[in-house]
Amino acid sequence: MGNLPRAPAIEGWYTLDESRPQLIGSRCRACGTYCFPPREGSCPNPACAGSELERVPLSRTGKIWSYTNACYQPPEPYVSPDPFECFAIAAVELETERMIVLGQVAKGIRTQQLRVGMRVVLILETLYADTQSEKVIWKWQPADEGSPLDAGSAQQRRVDAQA
Amino acid sequence: MSRDVAVLGVGMHPWGKWGRHFVEYGVHAARAALADAGVEWRRVEFISGGATMRCGYPGYVAGATFAQALGWQGAQVNTSYAACATGSQALAAARARILSGECEVALVVGADTTPKGFLAPAKGVRPDDPDWVRFHLGFTNPTYFALYARRRMALYGATERDFAAVKVKNAEHGVANPNARYRKAFSIEDVLASAMVADPLRLLNVCATSDGGAALVVSSMEYARKHCQHPIVRIAGISCVTPRFASAEVEMPDIATDSAIAAEAHSYRASIAARAYSDAGIGAEDVSVAEVYDLSSALELDWYEHIGLCKPGEAESLLRSGATRIGGRIPVNPSGGLACFGEAVPAQALAQVCELTWQLRGQAGVRQVAGAKVGVTANQGLFGHGSSVVLTS
Repeated sequence: MGNLPRAPAIEGWYTLDESRPQLIGSRCRACGTYCFPPREGSCPNPACAGSELERVPLSRTGKIWSYTNACYQPPEPYVSPDPFECFAIAAVELETERMIVLGQVAKGIRTQQLRVGMRVVLILETLYADTQSEKVIWKWQPADEGSPLDAGSAQQRRVDAQA
Repeated sequence: MSRDVAVLGVGMHPWGKWGRHFVEYGVHAARAALADAGVEWRRVEFISGGATMRCGYPGYVAGATFAQALGWQGAQVNTSYAACATGSQALAAARARILSGECEVALVVGADTTPKGFLAPAKGVRPDDPDWVRFHLGFTNPTYFALYARRRMALYGATERDFAAVKVKNAEHGVANPNARYRKAFSIEDVLASAMVADPLRLLNVCATSDGGAALVVSSMEYARKHCQHPIVRIAGISCVTPRFASAEVEMPDIATDSAIAAEAHSYRASIAARAYSDAGIGAEDVSVAEVYDLSSALELDWYEHIGLCKPGEAESLLRSGATRIGGRIPVNPSGGLACFGEAVPAQALAQVCELTWQLRGQAGVRQVAGAKVGVTANQGLFGHGSSVVLTS
């Protein structure tokens, strides 16, 4: 572990930028509707005949709409560490895109540390590792109230969370 | 012209974890419904089966499978799959055949045998399948129920005691229901002492998966007036609506809502019963009893609002007032609901209709809701399948 290269657990849904990772969505050129996961083809807005969806990075920060955790090991295709560790999950509102995106919460953060309306920032963490690589996934991490959500501090918190 | 069809007969196989083949439960329920209707199987002109998903084949193509098990007799056949909404869709197919004049008497059957533990997707690697993706990321069904529950706590001041009180109420209702799997009373403390599954939901807040079967014999009103052996119960409205863009809540199995940039966000669940009411030409104020999908006890509170029993944010006070208990103003889940049954997916929407039929006939025994005249069911199937049925006496 540790020396393995990082690879996305799901291809094409987020950048692998170490300091400022972003989800990748689609945006309709005609009506501006965003989609996540990214999709091809027609716009999901029934009032729009648009068929050109461009790939765009989504906001890195948002507010918690709701949250929970997984106290029991999910079934396959979830790949669990052994032994299983409880993890928190957040549904996060992205203001610009006007949508809510689910994600696991950074390792070590408990539901008691979360609240609805709390600001969070996107990070990458390992979901599982196989023989070739560490498969990384996006996660939400609480952002301190009032602190700038700059790359350095978010990165630092990510490192702290892994320590 | 009346758009009603009549319920001639209802039947169920008791819910449990019997571990037998789903066809056995379906046939048991079908024979019970035919007996209740006083209809001979060979008289049935249309059989509508609710499919379950096994081994890549939807329920071994359920409509024909049940017909073969009952004995081939040349009826026209249909199979519906709409996840938890399967039963309503199978019933809607039967209603359409009857109203179009293609048949007079139809049999609708749904049955399931469920695996132990979390419902999980089929094996394999399928990043294009949203259901596969969400399990890969660790988001089970209780994840979604818990997100809605926590949201109620933040928005409306719901408490873990409220969620427990829903379980306590439904357990009280189901304790004497011979078709229920769990016939045991619980206290608030029992619920609060059970293991946390998905914060704030505990084991006794989350429904189990069960084996079971339910069936209905339905007919034209004209046929029912001549042959129905019970007070006639009418199916006055059925809703099988999809969501409308843009979604306000993350719905299973999605991992994001729609973007509300170009269209207003609104609740899917609130649109489901609304369509059944308009189909039936009634309003929520006319309802005397409801069966709603308490996948979690917190979700039952959402349904109070979504089927129009109260305004958004008022479900906790409605619950606390005792209105939704048997004996209250508007009893909800007199059968005991999923809390006492556990979910047998393709049978569940039909089981809701069975219960309301007994209620509207006045045959529900100790569970009877006094003076029940109008009933509504509500549930929601994975991938955007609405389900709501309005019954009138």
